[in-house]
Amino acid sequence: MTDTPHATCCGHHHPHGPHGKAHDHCGHEHAAAAREPDAMALVSARALSLRRGGRVILEGVDIDIVAGEIVTLIGPNGAGKTTLVRLLLGLEAADGGQIRRREDLRIGYVPQRFDIDRALPMTVERFLSLGLDVRRADITAVLRDVGAEHVIDRQLAQLSGGEGQRVVLARALLRRPNLLVLDEPVRGVDATGEAELYTLIGRLRTERGFGVLLVSHDLHVVMAASDRVLCLNRHVCCSGVPKTVAKHPEYVRLFGAEMARAFAIYEHHHDHAHDLAGRPMPDASTDTQVAPTSGARGGEGAA
Amino acid sequence: MLEPFLLRALVAALGLALVAAPLGALVVWQRMAYFGETMAQASLLGVALSLAVGGDVTVSVLVVAMLAALLILLLSRQRVLPLDSVLGLLHHGSLAAGVIATAALAGPSVDLLGYLFGDIFAVSQTDLAWIWGGGVLVLGVLYFIWQPLLRLAVHEELAIAEGVPGGRIKAAFMLLLAITIAIAIKILGILLVIAFLIVPAAAARPFARTPEQMVAITALVAVAGVVAGLALSARSDAPGGPAIVLVLAAMALTSLVRARIAGRGD
Repeated sequence: MTDTPHATCCGHHHPHGPHGKAHDHCGHEHAAAAREPDAMALVSARALSLRRGGRVILEGVDIDIVAGEIVTLIGPNGAGKTTLVRLLLGLEAADGGQIRRREDLRIGYVPQRFDIDRALPMTVERFLSLGLDVRRADITAVLRDVGAEHVIDRQLAQLSGGEGQRVVLARALLRRPNLLVLDEPVRGVDATGEAELYTLIGRLRTERGFGVLLVSHDLHVVMAASDRVLCLNRHVCCSGVPKTVAKHPEYVRLFGAEMARAFAIYEHHHDHAHDLAGRPMPDASTDTQVAPTSGARGGEGAA
Repeated sequence: MLEPFLLRALVAALGLALVAAPLGALVVWQRMAYFGETMAQASLLGVALSLAVGGDVTVSVLVVAMLAALLILLLSRQRVLPLDSVLGLLHHGSLAAGVIATAALAGPSVDLLGYLFGDIFAVSQTDLAWIWGGGVLVLGVLYFIWQPLLRLAVHEELAIAEGVPGGRIKAAFMLLLAITIAIAIKILGILLVIAFLIVPAAAARPFARTPEQMVAITALVAVAGVVAGLALSARSDAPGGPAIVLVLAAMALTSLVRARIAGRGD
């Protein structure tokens, strides 16, 4: 696993599994096998590792995000997805490895949680103009894009979870980023709104050419919207173009045919977690859209 | 006309009210009341330090308050105890140490009450210079780092991910807080300094729709509290600092109750 093949999936049981075909679809990332960060990428990291209290949180993680590309991180709870994002954003320091950020990097960030203290009085409009040179018309336009035009004069502390997420996304877009980082952006957004948000992000990516790093639990949407998927379980155990990854025997076994139990199997496979009867434990991440077992394969789009 | 000592008290407290307004609002927004409280109470060790080495109280209080802030920051990184317990431990511990050290150094005749609750009517010309000079400095620096401070107050990680130098801005803010505590300590004492910061801000919150409005209303509340508190003190012979804080607390309670009744409890 050291040279990060592009679409090998979790090769613990099949270290030499049939992954040759996967390389065909790889558009970028040809420097990934090198140990040096990719200078062309917006953000490039090599061999990132992090420990907390003797526990391995991340180990040997390589990742590149280039302009115009949507990269999605998937993986079970506790896989280190959010931690990896925090390292890439510079919110936390890694214990080992290298991160290179392009000099002109301009990040738009949508954190997992956006809870505003009620003690702070601030309207949405003010929040969206803090540190930015924007007029009310710009703000109205971007709020319309994310479907939250009606909240412009509201207090931040009065927003619902979904509205808050849209407002932070609006701020991220207003910054004219070349890298958009979204950590589970659809929390508190209903299914229709979710599909719309992904469509919007995909469209803006095409229009503006920014790179996107997405953390998600939702395999349906991930498969439809991503250019590249990285599945993480403390190390990168799977990486590649969604279609190819989705056809990969390992992937199908983990996420496809048995999607209903995908994460449970996944954890079982890697962590050997069992309940008292010896069956794989149901994973806590049941906020994943649990689909019926047949026909739930990824890559068919977010219906 | 006002007596000179009363006039000096008024000028000192009004200066402090203006400095305390933006800082108090920031302390409330960032939930740092207990943090500030700990810095202030550790400052009694600064008083002891100045008794020991004979330097100026304001300077040694400033130094000790900064050291306390640093210690709190270091201890906030450990994960054995939650931060409020650590702060509780530090603030009671340093208060006890401060009382003992002060009494040991100054002898039994020491005016502990003066250090704990301040003595606003003993304000000298030098104190006034400290308050207004330090106050202008604090407000000037705040003006320049206001926007990054606001962004950190809204969402710290978002601000840092967007490129706000979080560590430096927060360090600057703590320095400003330490300066304010140092110049206020003679007037309000280590036990009432933080109340003077956060109580007016709490009273202002229900009436504000923007951060700057909240600061302006906080300043108005604090000025009103100072005038009313000193009047109460002059009339009833109550100690000045406690009289001001009592009036402010009454205003804050009234404001919160009124906001609750009016359904504006946002």
